[in-house]
Amino acid sequence: MVLLKAILRPDKVDAVKEALVALGVTSMTVTEVRGHGKQKGHTTIYRGKEYNVSLLPKIEVEVVLPDHLVEDAVQAVIAKARTGEIGDGRIFLTPVTASYRIRTGELVM
Amino acid sequence: MNQADTAWMLISTALVLLMTPALAFFYGGLVRSKNVLNAMMMSFISLGFVGIAWAVIGYSLAFAPGNAIVGDVSRLFLKGVGLESNGTIPHLLFMCYQATFCIITAALISGAIVERMRFSSYVVFITLWALVVYCPIAHWVWGGGWLSKMGALDFAGGTVVHVNAGVAALVAALVVGKRRDYPSSSLLPHNVPFTLLGAGILWFGWFGFNAGSAVASNGVAALAFTATMLAPAGTLVVWTMLDIVRSGKPTAVGCATAIVVGLVAITPAAGYVGPMSAIALGGLAAFPSYFALIVRARTSLDDSLDVVAAHGLGGTVGAVLTGVFAQKAMNGVADGLLFGNPGQLIVQLTAVAASAAYSGVMSLILLKAIGAVMPLRAGAADEATGLDVSQHGEEAYIHAEGAVAMSNSPSQALGGSHGFAQGHSAAR
Repeated sequence: MVLLKAILRPDKVDAVKEALVALGVTSMTVTEVRGHGKQKGHTTIYRGKEYNVSLLPKIEVEVVLPDHLVEDAVQAVIAKARTGEIGDGRIFLTPVTASYRIRTGELVM
Repeated sequence: MNQADTAWMLISTALVLLMTPALAFFYGGLVRSKNVLNAMMMSFISLGFVGIAWAVIGYSLAFAPGNAIVGDVSRLFLKGVGLESNGTIPHLLFMCYQATFCIITAALISGAIVERMRFSSYVVFITLWALVVYCPIAHWVWGGGWLSKMGALDFAGGTVVHVNAGVAALVAALVVGKRRDYPSSSLLPHNVPFTLLGAGILWFGWFGFNAGSAVASNGVAALAFTATMLAPAGTLVVWTMLDIVRSGKPTAVGCATAIVVGLVAITPAAGYVGPMSAIALGGLAAFPSYFALIVRARTSLDDSLDVVAAHGLGGTVGAVLTGVFAQKAMNGVADGLLFGNPGQLIVQLTAVAASAAYSGVMSLILLKAIGAVMPLRAGAADEATGLDVSQHGEEAYIHAEGAVAMSNSPSQALGGSHGFAQGHSAAR
């Protein structure tokens, strides 16, 4: 079992979500986050003063996948989220040792 | 000159002016959070550009004598518009009152093209539109033009304001094109309370719009005031019932929309119909707009905030129903179909058709002409980032820190006034 965490451009989330659902991923967590990698950020102006906003709005999608789906899921996210410009985001994979369903208390594999 | 009339019109003018910021809240709540400032600015900017265009050129085109089609240039720069009376109020006040109508009519169009039109192209469009489209139609109906001579009833602007803006919105949505991610599940309103706030202030301002259109502090103003209070109530009740029947739940966006549709529909009729007719008119007006909204969302027409369904259709229904419910016994002007004058209905339909045709054709020509000179749309990346940052360099909601003040102020970056910046900070 693997936790796939993807940091995405906000306008790519719908396409990624649809692609993951098409692969049979039934559960996901989506969070509005801010951050930056190599992307420079944008300039804003308030009351005549310029600011560089380096922490840009992104969406973080987290899904827990059975091992056999991981490669397909990664490729699906890349296919749907890529624009080719700096700021397309990152995918992180983390092993998951156990998962419990709170409603029933059962161990889910 | 009548002091009571003047006092009421001073207040009405301020009331109608407030409707444009109210519209900004109504529209702003309905867009995504990355576009809210841009959507609101599209209304606010009309206060400036269209307001100036009106004073310099527009008032003359709409209200100077001219011919049956358009006014003339005798009032350019408000020449000869002073404190002398126009009717029973100062001429300048009449000019200001009419300015507020022109401003909001132009701003109404923005609902059809939010979230993708370039701001600069939009400003050019509405400024020219106000002069080329709004002013002649205002002249036809209120400035002594051909529709008023024909006996068309439009108390406060059902055709001039709402049919006109609705048709222009339809054309603009088609010419500018749909948003890149339309239709998509995520094009949702980001702040419904804003929309309710906007609807509430619109209703408040609309008392100036309709009751002020009596241009007097008298019984007709009270009649129009009553209609303005009761018609949206009728629409709201019917709309809520439709919501409950259709989805089981009365929605807040539906409530805000119903209020606007009711106000739009009663606008042409306000000073001509009795209170029970106003309720009936408001209630009836709910049906076409309610179903048009549902149908529109299933089509490829990205009239994003449904200007066509609310204003175009609501205004048409109101103008036609004015020809049904108008009652001479109320203010002595004309009877409609229900009171033995079916001919009025034909006159009303003519007024709607003529305004719609002129607005549609001229809006199309204007947009094509502007589009030939400058891009009408924001680029794909700007649209994806959001128009707040890309068009205005601002964000409406800053949730996290992470903005760093740049060492160079804009003036220094341009190589200018170092001394001014220092003097400014020293003065604090």
